[in-house]
Amino acid sequence: MSEALDPRRIDPALLRGLTQRRFSRRDLLKGMGVGAGAVGLASFLAACGVSGTSSNNKTPSGSPSADVLKKIYGDGTPAGQLNFANWEDYIDVDSKGKSPTLQQFTKDTGIKVSYKTVINDNDPFLAKIIPVLQSGGDTGYDLMVITNGGPVERMIRLGFLTPLDPQYLPNFTANASDSVKNPSYDPGNKYSVAWQSGFTIIGYNSKAVKTPPTGFGDLLDPKYKGKVGMFGNNQDLPCAALVYLGYDVQKSTPDQWQKAADLLAKQRDAGIVRSYYDQSYINALENGDTIITQAWSGDLFIASAPKSFGGDGYRDIRSSIPTEGGILWTDNQCIPLNAKHPVDAIKFMNFVYDPKIAAQLADFIWYVSPVPSAKDVVLNDIKDPTVADSPLVFPSANDLAKSHKYKVFKDTAEEDQWNSIFQPIYTS
Amino acid sequence: MEQHLPADLHVVKGRKSRLGRRLAPYLLILPGGAWLLLFFLVPIIFLASVSLQTGNIFDGFRLTWHFHNYIDAVQRYRVQLVRSLEYALIATGVTLLVSYPLAYWIAFQGGRHKTTFLFALLLPFFVSFVIRTLAWQFILADDGIVLGALKRWHVMPQGFHVLATSTAVIAGIAYNFLPFMALPLYVSLDRIDRSVVEAARDLYSNKVQVFLRVIFPLSIPGVFAGVLLTFVPAAGDYVNASILGGTKTTMIGNIIQLEYLTNFHYPIAAALSFILMAGLLVGIFAYARVLGARSIEEYV
Repeated sequence: MSEALDPRRIDPALLRGLTQRRFSRRDLLKGMGVGAGAVGLASFLAACGVSGTSSNNKTPSGSPSADVLKKIYGDGTPAGQLNFANWEDYIDVDSKGKSPTLQQFTKDTGIKVSYKTVINDNDPFLAKIIPVLQSGGDTGYDLMVITNGGPVERMIRLGFLTPLDPQYLPNFTANASDSVKNPSYDPGNKYSVAWQSGFTIIGYNSKAVKTPPTGFGDLLDPKYKGKVGMFGNNQDLPCAALVYLGYDVQKSTPDQWQKAADLLAKQRDAGIVRSYYDQSYINALENGDTIITQAWSGDLFIASAPKSFGGDGYRDIRSSIPTEGGILWTDNQCIPLNAKHPVDAIKFMNFVYDPKIAAQLADFIWYVSPVPSAKDVVLNDIKDPTVADSPLVFPSANDLAKSHKYKVFKDTAEEDQWNSIFQPIYTS
Repeated sequence: MEQHLPADLHVVKGRKSRLGRRLAPYLLILPGGAWLLLFFLVPIIFLASVSLQTGNIFDGFRLTWHFHNYIDAVQRYRVQLVRSLEYALIATGVTLLVSYPLAYWIAFQGGRHKTTFLFALLLPFFVSFVIRTLAWQFILADDGIVLGALKRWHVMPQGFHVLATSTAVIAGIAYNFLPFMALPLYVSLDRIDRSVVEAARDLYSNKVQVFLRVIFPLSIPGVFAGVLLTFVPAAGDYVNASILGGTKTTMIGNIIQLEYLTNFHYPIAAALSFILMAGLLVGIFAYARVLGARSIEEYV
């Protein structure tokens, strides 16, 4: 046996080459299969596009025609059922846990109300219903309450709200405050009417903050280092800074936005801000995590009111309307597209603009009532001067005139630019 | 016994079992495979597609193979990406240090009550993750039941606070993911053959040597599994940062949520999800190499 063939001396590489499978025709076919699969995958990927709505649903402009409204509301006969999506603590409740307003509504109209507090925050709620609406489905709600300054405008632009027929809203026409009529985010109230409004103002703990704050400037004071609460959202935080700098929120330019953002970044980097909060800011103020904070008016009222009155009983918590004026926002009643019972929903919208009902709601919710004439009812019939005289529930004409509104964006590009300037502040 | 069967029967049985043997693996893989295909592969392909699209929610998104989404995402959120990995790494280290002695004690000293101890370990986790984190927010509030009392007794300076710091976020993550570390560790420690330990002692090992040369090496699969199970969800977590965090503690999970829910920038959010996933995979493979595994399967 020659040396070369001695198996012990064969080069292992050669052995491998001899024993292992080489690239065969079958492998080639398999390879082609993979290639074809890749092409198929690519076309599948392309098919995964997320469809928009502008192409099929024309972006609403102008008033909906009478025909369209007729098709939605028919002859105005309610179906007898109303599915209402609202936020926590946003309706009157009696000692039995029932809402007198809803009971009254059922008694007057025979419409049964299924009331659900399913909205914790606008964005997550809308994120849940938008895909349903995109696929042409029904959200299961006939009425929902969402905030201006983004959410309402977005839903209108997407064409996901049912237009309102003013002939069913005589109470609104007669009794609504000028501050909620014909708002810039929904001119002519074509898709929304206010539920309640609120001011973004300043809340503080009077035990720790000895000199009552007078304006948004107090939130920048280094002496409150690490104890200042700010809102981590795209409206309350930027608007406060713009207002402090003396800019008009609606007419402000990107340069001014940048200046406001720089101011907020400075406040953050100096360690003045404790954290950027969502609704949990009120717990932070109550727990002593913050001693001065941006705050929503109704929450402050509840936090400071005695327990016997239905509040949280934190007597040291005070509110201060900044001299620059508060920031006014509005939560709106809207009917989602494809709602099953639009007539029932619009009847309810009209119902809550009855001053008596509005008073009943205002006396419990403690946010800004959209019906100024409800004040007399609260004062004389309900006999609750604390609420009736509160500038946070029935603000003076002066407070309203001085207030600033959430920024209304003219298009997505403007909103994106605004967000890209202000979001890095609170998502640092 | 097979060899005693008549010849023809032998053939039939052989053919049947050969067919069965060929089909069995496919049948076994079918439920899990279909599940993965439907609930993992399809969504992930969809996500991959979204990450390469451009557009907005009003006009819709179209696939334009816009790889720049990835560059944008990294440029804009590099800080939060790095921070997430950093927090997850530290939190994983903390859970390992806390869980190992715990699992060790239960496995070796637990005796008859092992199950009770394990149950006690799991008990808090019957309550929702978010509720427990909120409870910590309440307990550790600046003037809350713990810090408030300590400050009144002047044990702690007035300005001292725990919440709204990166320490709070990391501690929260470590707390919330503890069982994911402790359970695999316990399983691997409990599985160790006690006679091996006895053998080590018989060969004059002291306690430290027994641990370092016998017990610890045998528990490495548990460490590996525990680290994986903790690190991966920890890096993507957003609950702890939003509840316990303050300024400059935002994690990538919060950003993905913001981009999806508030900004409706689906492509950026999808790209960020992919970047996170890729980062985790690279990390895991690197980690497997360091631990000397020839393949992941060896450990999982």
